[in-house]
Amino acid sequence: MAVVFKRPHALKDVSLPYCPGCSHGIIHRLVAEVIDELGVEGEAIGVSSVGCTYNNYLFFNCDMAQAAHGRAPAVATGIKRVHPDHVVFTYQGDGDLAAIGTAEIVHAAARGEKITTIFVNNAIYGMTSGQMAPTTLLGQVTQTTPYGRKPELHGYPIKVCEMLSTLEGAAFVERVSVHDIKNIMNAKKAIKKAFQTQLDKKGFSIVEVLSTCPTNWGLEPVEAIQWLQENMLPAYPLGNFKDKDMEV
Amino acid sequence: MGEKLLMKGNEVIAEAALRAGCRYYFGYPITPQTEIAHYMAKMMPKVNGTFIQAESEVAAINMVYGAASAGARVMTSSSSPGISLKQEGISYASCAELPAVIVNIVRCGPGLGGILPSQGDYFQAVKGGGHGDYKLVVLAPYSVQELYELTVEAFNIADRYRVLAMIMGDGTLGQMMEAVEFRDKEETPDFKKDWALTGTGMNREHNVVTSIYIKPEELEAHNIKLQKKYEQIALNETRVEVYNCDDADIIVAAYGSVARIVKNVIKMAQKEGIKVGLIRPITLWPFPSKAFEKYAQVPKAFLTVELSAGQMVEDVRLAVNGKNNVHFYGRMGGMLPTQKEILDRIKQILK
Amino acid sequence: MTHQEIIIAGFGGQGILSAGRILAYAGMLEGKNVSWLPSYGPEMRGGTANCHVIISDEPVGSPILNSATALIVMNGPSLEKFESFVVPGGLILTDSSLVTKSPARKDIDVCEIPATKMASDMGNLTYANIILIGKLIAKTGVTTIQNFTEALKKVLPEKKHYLIPEEIQALEAGMNY
Ligand SMILES: Cc1ncc(C[n+]2csc(CCOP(=O)(O)OP(=O)(O)O)c2C)c(N)n1
Ligand code: SF4
Repeated sequence: MAVVFKRPHALKDVSLPYCPGCSHGIIHRLVAEVIDELGVEGEAIGVSSVGCTYNNYLFFNCDMAQAAHGRAPAVATGIKRVHPDHVVFTYQGDGDLAAIGTAEIVHAAARGEKITTIFVNNAIYGMTSGQMAPTTLLGQVTQTTPYGRKPELHGYPIKVCEMLSTLEGAAFVERVSVHDIKNIMNAKKAIKKAFQTQLDKKGFSIVEVLSTCPTNWGLEPVEAIQWLQENMLPAYPLGNFKDKDMEV
Repeated sequence: MGEKLLMKGNEVIAEAALRAGCRYYFGYPITPQTEIAHYMAKMMPKVNGTFIQAESEVAAINMVYGAASAGARVMTSSSSPGISLKQEGISYASCAELPAVIVNIVRCGPGLGGILPSQGDYFQAVKGGGHGDYKLVVLAPYSVQELYELTVEAFNIADRYRVLAMIMGDGTLGQMMEAVEFRDKEETPDFKKDWALTGTGMNREHNVVTSIYIKPEELEAHNIKLQKKYEQIALNETRVEVYNCDDADIIVAAYGSVARIVKNVIKMAQKEGIKVGLIRPITLWPFPSKAFEKYAQVPKAFLTVELSAGQMVEDVRLAVNGKNNVHFYGRMGGMLPTQKEILDRIKQILK
Repeated sequence: MTHQEIIIAGFGGQGILSAGRILAYAGMLEGKNVSWLPSYGPEMRGGTANCHVIISDEPVGSPILNSATALIVMNGPSLEKFESFVVPGGLILTDSSLVTKSPARKDIDVCEIPATKMASDMGNLTYANIILIGKLIAKTGVTTIQNFTEALKKVLPEKKHYLIPEEIQALEAGMNY
């Protein structure tokens, strides 16, 4: 009998601690499947950031480092420069990457650092229980925007892919979502492409994954998926923003 | 005094700041102090104040630098890893003599550590975590009522001396609810801030807020001025609670939430015929050395209890100055000493 | 003399923290010294929640409890975790609809109340915590129905005040069980 569904080797056999309906679990699995398919687990070194996934170093089978809040791209830079032939990736949330870590991600991309960033955009701070993130939508109510996010007070959401794709050093930039099977398949393709970009030494690669945080959105898992489709998809259009392969 | 309310420590800090006239708050989320930001986010718009969730603690402390330069009462709050990030700004603001209040609801380190109560930031707060010769006034409340009183005090001390004042608590104080009574109105002295950046209006010399003095003579003079100011603060602003110390068998030194545990120990010990005293520093800097000097030869020994590997104990030893034995008992990582553990240690010392 | 050290424990979402808060508020209105301390941080995510409440004639020392005069548990793991905290002669109240095991100790007073079942019969599962608090009040006398009602007014947002009569009904159901 053929095995059609099994845990990727790159993911340890432990149950993940995330809330019901949270996208982090799916994204972990996709990253692990890609590591398996590319056969790079032995060369892979991941960097966990600070957020709900702060301890995902426990879940991936490859070597892992834990970085200070926002600094994962800098830590990854250090690792990559020591091991230029290894596959180095960061896994970061929107608070981590687009608020406190904006300088690090922009400069890692600008340097064309040959690392891959998995950027999980759930439009909120999960770990610290629901404050505004740089990606929080206009009008969205959070613990620190109790009257809704207002442009005149809180500014506008940051579109990370659009911004980073303007940088010469960024080789692969794509936004995906994991709210249904078709999109999950697409997300995996993009993650694989991003890792391949790194293997081909083309430059910096990032995949932004739109995801759910039912707990801090105050929604049931199914409602959260609906909310993502209705609110996040229009604000954060899916698609490829940069692929040096396609450039002539 | 008004009505007795049951409130969370973190919320009382925010409420006290608002009552003290603070209308600017800049912060970045971190457990276990985030309720301060949540409270400010809700209340600031109602009093025409400003709440900004900064992109980082580095940005938040520099927003504080700006608002304080402009002459406003301003506050930021964070917890240990975030306070580490603020150290650069703290050093700069101290040199520029800017008044502001910083809250540190300490969690366990080093590193990302954990979120449970700790007193591991004592050295950072009182010995200067940033570069250069500067001091913060560090206030260590031990009850929710004191969080209110001392937060208001912190603003007044900051304005009176043009220094940074820090409120240092831990997750127990920040998260616990206890009764608190607010005064109907805070009496804020009129601090004339003629140094502040308000625009010259074309009718005065320009004001400058800076922390750079390239000429060594000028920088030394500025440092001497700062040190004189710190001496004045030490003279006028030292606060301490001395409890049950007259003819005590042993005196325990403890601050913040640990002092609460020690007060329970004092009762337990009494039942066994052991007289335990408590010296509770309320200002960690300036350190209440005088109280320790005064009682140095009264008990058979001193015991410092801390949620750290032994930090304040160094200041206790300096103050006791060899006139008595100073023992130490500490827990780390968010583990708390039980009353029995402390009492056992006391009995062991007295044996 | 009143001196109660109470631990309330169960799953997040069962109203563990708010039950403790209302109780503490009622104790304060009674003229007692009180403290309330929740478990906090990511440990709460989807998992367990507990709070420590002290109601006393004397000033409250540490709000962190190493022992308890009374324990309310609303799930099995909490009984396992906290049973040993209770002082000899102390009280354990369990929601027997959810806690299938009985406390093993013989040196304490045990009340097993099917609070969740009773609450569901009343048409609102969220009253299970109040039913248990009712029994605690009946057993210890830490506060009165009057002060508990006043505390509800203080703790609940205005728009939820219409629920107060039902909450008091739940409280009385617990007291009389
Ligand atoms: C210097 C510093 N500041 C603040 C924090 C507290 N903190 C922990 S996680 C987090 C934000 C996480 O949000 P996000 O990156 O969006 O990830 P999510 O939890 O949503 O997955 C913050 C602010 C910290 N650990 N260190
Ligand atoms: S809080 Fe949000 S982001 Fe964090 S695990 Fe839960 S659902 Fe996921």
